[in-house]
Amino acid sequence: MVASLPESIVPDSSFRKQVERLSGRRVSACFQCEKCTNGCPLTFAMDIPPHKLIRLAHLGLKDTVLNSDTIWVCASCETCTTRCPNGIDIAHIMDILRQVSQREGIRASKKDVPVFHSTFIASMKRWGRVHEMEMAAMYTLKSAGLKGLMAQSKLGLEMFKKGKIKLLPYRLRPNSQVRNIFKNAGRKG
Amino acid sequence: MDVSYYPGCSLSGTARDYGESVEAVSGTLGVALKELPDWNCCGSSSAHVTNDELSVALAARNLEIADKIGKDVAVPCAMCYSRLKVAEKALLAGREIEGISHKYEGSIHVKHLVDFFWENVGEQAILEKVKKPLEGLNPVCYYGCLITRPPEITDAVNPEDPQSMDNILKTLGANVKNWSYKTDCCGGSLILTLPEIAHKLIQKLLDMSQEAGADCIVAACPMCHSNLDGWQKEISQETGRKYDIPIFYFTELMGLAFGDASVKKWLHRHGTDPIPFLHEKELL
Ligand code: SF4
Ligand code: SF4
Repeated sequence: MVASLPESIVPDSSFRKQVERLSGRRVSACFQCEKCTNGCPLTFAMDIPPHKLIRLAHLGLKDTVLNSDTIWVCASCETCTTRCPNGIDIAHIMDILRQVSQREGIRASKKDVPVFHSTFIASMKRWGRVHEMEMAAMYTLKSAGLKGLMAQSKLGLEMFKKGKIKLLPYRLRPNSQVRNIFKNAGRKG
Repeated sequence: MDVSYYPGCSLSGTARDYGESVEAVSGTLGVALKELPDWNCCGSSSAHVTNDELSVALAARNLEIADKIGKDVAVPCAMCYSRLKVAEKALLAGREIEGISHKYEGSIHVKHLVDFFWENVGEQAILEKVKKPLEGLNPVCYYGCLITRPPEITDAVNPEDPQSMDNILKTLGANVKNWSYKTDCCGGSLILTLPEIAHKLIQKLLDMSQEAGADCIVAACPMCHSNLDGWQKEISQETGRKYDIPIFYFTELMGLAFGDASVKKWLHRHGTDPIPFLHEKELL
């Protein structure tokens, strides 16, 4: 579904400046050629196509941008970034928008996506490496509840039989340098 | 030939078939894979959408370990490869990363395994090991997004039409088909969160491989492989069309052509069983 936009827009540069500072790229360089959108394989599931999202960020429509489906539907395939004639790293800007949206506590339009990422990061933080079985089970429990977990366990059993599930994490505690990386990033993030 | 090896989290779990085949064919080719000591997760598809600092620092720590050892690093996963390359470019640009004190100067190279095999090991060495050419096999090669994109990060010469996997498969004797979907996205990062969207992308790739006249797809990444391989039953149910297309890791097909005795064990782990297909082709 295409998002509806307000009829008149009063440009506000503060959001543009925030995005440009965090991404290190100028969204104002965009001349709306639509190359990003034409190559994007996910536009069919987006409410705002990438080139429009870039322009909305430029104009300062922070709420529209951060509440869009687009930022969560983007699969980070890097096609737009590769093709943009103005060197705008659109895929990275998508990352920045997702980060700002999470930091500001905005409820994601596709709520399971950030739940998945936080579960993944928690597993990384706990072990230093991702323990796939634990991560997938925790995510299913958080997004689909106990019933969902039970339904998933059939798939889990099938994978177990094929030897694709490792029961134990690689070590019991991540190395201290990895623990520090999480601490530093948490402080800055 | 020695090379540092960063396997990533999947290769001992959901991509055990890949991990085992990588080790076997490396052994045959005389490549000693030296796993980086105490490597950590590269941050994968989650750190970069959540926290920039974290995503660069996690990958940079692995580069620090590799740089101290001083050998090039071969990476079998496209996602890990991409994250390590992003960190490499950040370090080379002089970015200060808290917790990483080592000065990285770019004297080692990070390579995706498929490029390492083609460019560093080379055609001659691969050809010498072929015992059973893959005659009658008509694959398309699927590289996915991150082995080549964006080229400022990956240093890919031809990001929209890479050749290394095609060249390896041709060397093995396969009749490689051309298609324009080599680097299209399979939706791997969305498979657990927005599966209905990911299934559409997977279906497109399956359909296009058929249109190109291929009878199987070859992948070089655990995420791409599990995505194309693991959901064909569900997609068949959703669309009413029957999908039963074998998806191989390029290293499994190297093992097959090299006459490796473990091939069946790897293939047995797939979601879409490729064994009847290979029997039919008289390759197994
Ligand atoms: S490709 Fe670049 S310049 Fe063209 S519309 Fe997209 S962001 Fe703007
Ligand atoms: S990175 Fe996101 S916005 Fe860019 S082309 Fe891929 S899916 Fe579309």
